[in-house]
Amino acid sequence: MPRRKRQWSLRSRAVRGLLYQALALLAVAGAVWFLAHNTQQNMQVRGIQSGFDFLGQAAGFDIGETMIPYDPSQSYLRAIVVGVLNTLRVAVIGIVLATLLGVLVGIGRFSRNALVRGLCYGYVELFRNVPILLQLLMWYLLFVEVLPPPQTAWNLADLFYLSKGGFSMPSPVWQPGHAWLAAGVVAGILAGIWWRLRVQKVFELTGYAGNRWGVPIVAVLAFALLGWTLGGAPRDWAIPEQLAFMVDGGISATPEFMAVLVGLVMYTASFIAEVVRGGIQSVSHGQTEAAGALGLTRRMVMRLVVLPQALRVIIPPLTNQYLNLTKNSSLAVAIGYPDVVSIANTTLNQTGRAVECIAIIMLVYLCTSLGTSALMNWYNKRAAIKER
Amino acid sequence: MAADFRSIAPREAPVRTEGAVPWLRRNLFADWKNALATVLLVALGVYALQRFGQWGVARAVFTPDADACQAARGIGACWGVVAEKWRFIIFGRYPFDQLWRPEIATALMLAVVVVSCIRRFWNVWLAAMWAVVLAAFFILMGGGVLGLDPVRTNLWGGLPLTVMLATLSIILAFPLAVLVALGRRSNLPAIRTVCILYIELIRGVPLISVLFMASFMFPLFMPQGMTIDVLVRVLVGITLFAAAYMAEIVRGGLQAIPNGQLEAADTLGLSYWQTQRKIVLPQALAMVVPSMMNNFISIFKDTSLVTIVSLYELTGALSLALNSDVDWRPFKIEAYFFIAAIYFVVCFAMSRYSLWIEAQLGASRAR
Repeated sequence: MPRRKRQWSLRSRAVRGLLYQALALLAVAGAVWFLAHNTQQNMQVRGIQSGFDFLGQAAGFDIGETMIPYDPSQSYLRAIVVGVLNTLRVAVIGIVLATLLGVLVGIGRFSRNALVRGLCYGYVELFRNVPILLQLLMWYLLFVEVLPPPQTAWNLADLFYLSKGGFSMPSPVWQPGHAWLAAGVVAGILAGIWWRLRVQKVFELTGYAGNRWGVPIVAVLAFALLGWTLGGAPRDWAIPEQLAFMVDGGISATPEFMAVLVGLVMYTASFIAEVVRGGIQSVSHGQTEAAGALGLTRRMVMRLVVLPQALRVIIPPLTNQYLNLTKNSSLAVAIGYPDVVSIANTTLNQTGRAVECIAIIMLVYLCTSLGTSALMNWYNKRAAIKER
Repeated sequence: MAADFRSIAPREAPVRTEGAVPWLRRNLFADWKNALATVLLVALGVYALQRFGQWGVARAVFTPDADACQAARGIGACWGVVAEKWRFIIFGRYPFDQLWRPEIATALMLAVVVVSCIRRFWNVWLAAMWAVVLAAFFILMGGGVLGLDPVRTNLWGGLPLTVMLATLSIILAFPLAVLVALGRRSNLPAIRTVCILYIELIRGVPLISVLFMASFMFPLFMPQGMTIDVLVRVLVGITLFAAAYMAEIVRGGLQAIPNGQLEAADTLGLSYWQTQRKIVLPQALAMVVPSMMNNFISIFKDTSLVTIVSLYELTGALSLALNSDVDWRPFKIEAYFFIAAIYFVVCFAMSRYSLWIEAQLGASRAR
């Protein structure tokens, strides 16, 4: 068979493909060059400096709440790190709480009790259909208007306080003995993992499903208690106290943090509930009936048959919801919670380095998004069907 | 033997399974746990309803009377704030004597949106109608022709702005999204890479950073002496943002088209664009209508973010209306409830409509 000669004609698909690609690349490169050129020229004309050297200068503004020590004489870089940590704090706590609430509500929509079903449906529709920004503003207003002033804070057993000043609760005072406690918890978790692996092996060999949760939990508690005793049983707690104008001591959360957290959790949980409901519905009803025919209780049917299969459908959209929650936390800027957007925005107003500050915001969110989706992809692979 | 015969006791009548009482028994009092939950929830519901009724209706002030509101503060709602400020909340800073213009413009826009949802009107005339209504909207709002006073865009606000941003960004983002989705599935590596980069970059960052970019950086991007209205810049930002999400939805539909159809189209000698237009897109787009509707809902909600870059749409107009007014500022929460209700009604209607569409599609697919 004679080798087919390559034809360099406009009629061949390959050549046209190359041509289109070259044109597309040229257009993109041209657009980028055009924008970059204009930006450079504009900056020259307006005398705007560029570069990231400003990050080393003293920031000069105070930040309401910080997880690491910070004062206004420290650099912009430090301020932005404080902002990133604040964003991560609200995002991580928010993701955990939203998952718990969302799964509960999602399962609640299949309850046998009509009132529970109705309540879950109402919750989902109400919170899903109002913009998150509006919800955040409303929660913030509730926290700063409706709650009593700190002098007459709502008080539960002299341990928990809730007022316009925020929420306070007791916290253990750090002592070296707590290191033993932490070591005990780690040892307990390792023992729990070892036990789970063993149970899994026995299950695969014999089909006997051993104790998967009770033993590991007892192990963690026992090792923690052991570590605590070995560490000299530190028992000091910092208890919040009602002072003349404020509540002091213990762990406290500002009203801004509370508003952002509650708003994000309530909003995202309504979406997670829909994701969970969709996942459960995707498991065919025949499976539920078959499991019932085998004599499993409703709870067992849910736990052993429906949820493991629903998980595969649930995880990818759940990842999206986690990413959305993280990105929506940027709206904290509207109510003055010092997240990374808020701090970069202040920096922008002070230094005028618009390009750099917005680049920092985008970079931070890109990194967290990529990190979250990598983690969830890994989990998704674990939950995927194992084809044998 | 035969003398021992005794008939067995008659069976009890079967339990009724239909009607109100069996429904109650099945759904509210199936067992003691269920009954307990029912009782608790009913008690909670009655309590909440009573408290809310006291605050929102029984002790509320409905007249725009600041003194009465001040007196009822803390015990009753002040719906008077809505009665007093609704024009400002709905239409923002638009000149007061010209309010008939945004009223008509918004009504036209909403009417054409509603008409577009009705199946009978799905034909070429709809596109023409959209063109006419959009033109009318901008003429009415902006003025400057036909003897209307010109009104600068920085005075536009409230509901007209929300509706305009949402509809226009959806209309503009949709074709872009289809192109990008096709590009992402293309077998030309350079085009595919560009599209993937665009989608992933945009989806990785929050909308607010895109809006900041439109607001602060865009002026730097333009050649010397060229300024673009901030409304247009923000609209471009929302459109680019929405298109990336829509493109992923369209891609989901494209992936569901079996390869055999593409090969069959190739065999028939259809070109790439003919294949896409006549074979792939009609099926793919029909498949993704429900998720597309969800995306439209989130775009509508996302327009509220433009208030952060100082455009006074519904949420922003409310802050503008109340922040400067000492008499009414304490009653912001009631005003928030008012606009939350507006958003809820629109979004809920859209999600119901999406369910209806889904049912329609299901009917065509049922065999």
